[in-house]
Amino acid sequence: MQSNAALEYDYTVAKLFTYTTILFGFVGMLIGTLIASQLAFPELNYLFGEYGTFSRLRPLHTNIVIFGFTISGVFATFYYFGQRVLKVSMAESKFVMFIGKLHFALYVLLAVGMVISLFLGMSSSKEYAQMEWPLDILTVVVWVLWGVAMFGLIGMRREKALYISLWYYIACFLGVAMLYLFNNMEIPTYFATEGLGSIMHSVSMYSGTNDALVQWWWGHNAVAFVFTVPIVGMIYYFLPKESGQAIYSYKLSLLSFWGLMFVYLWAGSHHLLWSTVPDWMQTMGSVFSIVLILPSWGSAINMLLTMKGEWNQLTDNPLIKFMVLASTFYMLSTLEGPIQAIKSVNAIAHFTDWIPGHVHDGVLGWVSFMIMAGLFHMAPRMFKREIYSKKLMEAQFWLQTTAVVLYFTSMWIAGITQGMMWRAVDEYGNLMYSFIDTVTVLHPYYAIRALAGVLFLTGFVMFAYNMIKTMISSRELTEEPQFKSPMA
Amino acid sequence: MDYRALQGYGSFFMSLFLVVMLYGYIVYLYRSEKKGERDFEKYGNIALDDEITSTPVEDKSASERLEEEDK
Repeated sequence: MQSNAALEYDYTVAKLFTYTTILFGFVGMLIGTLIASQLAFPELNYLFGEYGTFSRLRPLHTNIVIFGFTISGVFATFYYFGQRVLKVSMAESKFVMFIGKLHFALYVLLAVGMVISLFLGMSSSKEYAQMEWPLDILTVVVWVLWGVAMFGLIGMRREKALYISLWYYIACFLGVAMLYLFNNMEIPTYFATEGLGSIMHSVSMYSGTNDALVQWWWGHNAVAFVFTVPIVGMIYYFLPKESGQAIYSYKLSLLSFWGLMFVYLWAGSHHLLWSTVPDWMQTMGSVFSIVLILPSWGSAINMLLTMKGEWNQLTDNPLIKFMVLASTFYMLSTLEGPIQAIKSVNAIAHFTDWIPGHVHDGVLGWVSFMIMAGLFHMAPRMFKREIYSKKLMEAQFWLQTTAVVLYFTSMWIAGITQGMMWRAVDEYGNLMYSFIDTVTVLHPYYAIRALAGVLFLTGFVMFAYNMIKTMISSRELTEEPQFKSPMA
Repeated sequence: MDYRALQGYGSFFMSLFLVVMLYGYIVYLYRSEKKGERDFEKYGNIALDDEITSTPVEDKSASERLEEEDK
């Protein structure tokens, strides 16, 4: 290890992942807005032949926003604050720096492979795990490289204690690794059919109910270990650092961490309520989902109490606004999810638009807001320039908040209407409505959702513009800000 | 008893065990701080004071040296 003199944190890799976060955020949300519009106006399915249909684009939307936008954000923030909380620079080890750059290069290769293969319709047909086996193997390599970089930095650290945010990132690394490996056990159909199938198309090694259980063990924990765990890690670093206030209770953060780890893994079977999985397993999924409120709210309340006595910052600093709203949406979606997992509620909610409504108040209000806030906080420190425009940030905040509210309220109404109409029977027990009756009734809500998509995407373009201007033409800073990010 | 029932009982008792562990952890956190053995709240400063030249909240090399001296 070199001497401390003139040593600086090296943000090369963090910057690279910041670029991909912005790029994939834009592409993923653009496709999301298009497919939301297709549901309202079906003729939009025929813009680009087979490549523009809802069925082709929907996996692209989910994969790009999860594994492109969110995971890029996780990597960017890790390579930023990982160094800072460990008090060690990437520049101190050529090996770790090489691994970081290789990690980025292979990640981009994987992303390109994913986008091309999904556009071509190559899919293993498992939700959030559509990539075919060669890309699954590349995913494992990329993930292991992240682990090498992370534990490499941890091994070099000066700070003995690992800050709570790193606990969450380690959990993200381990959780996704375990779940991904089990869920993607698959065999190319070529080998399963004595040469009749395709080498590039695979089927799961599990079948029937077992396959569904493994799939939703993964599916729900993709929400846990990609959309929750690292994002909680982000807010535990960025909110204290931006506000200058230490976490309200460090002990509560430790307790919530173990609570979340203990409970989350068991909740996945709530995706299979009223299905063929054993009844006790459905009940377990329900019960653990309800219990999940405790660690989730433990973290969220801890975040809000961090601002105790400092609420004036909410009006002064739009970045604090982003983060406080993110934790509020975290509270909302972690209450809504357990409600949907109650068996009787699920009987109405299952398969309806209330589910994507729930997902999106989480991913738009919580995940996207937190990632964008994190990158805004990092920008002046990485590029040594102040944030280009505070006004633009304020406008973006209100536009996107309106978008999230429009999205989830329209889907609440649509979902509950849909669920009630599907179940409605007349006095003789006949179904009162056909499927197309529900579609007709839901059309206005689908149009509102498409509008919400346009607003959120517009806000994201404002974010991207603000970030790019910050990188290239904003006023240069002579010294690094300690807490509040400077903005023009 | 078939194996599915065993799975159910296994899940229940494992949950119970983990609940006991979790509550034990809460007791440990608060008791060790009350006795003055540990101060968990100081770790919150790791995020606030995170310059590369900042003094670590707990210096890894210093604590390693102390451990070696103890041996």
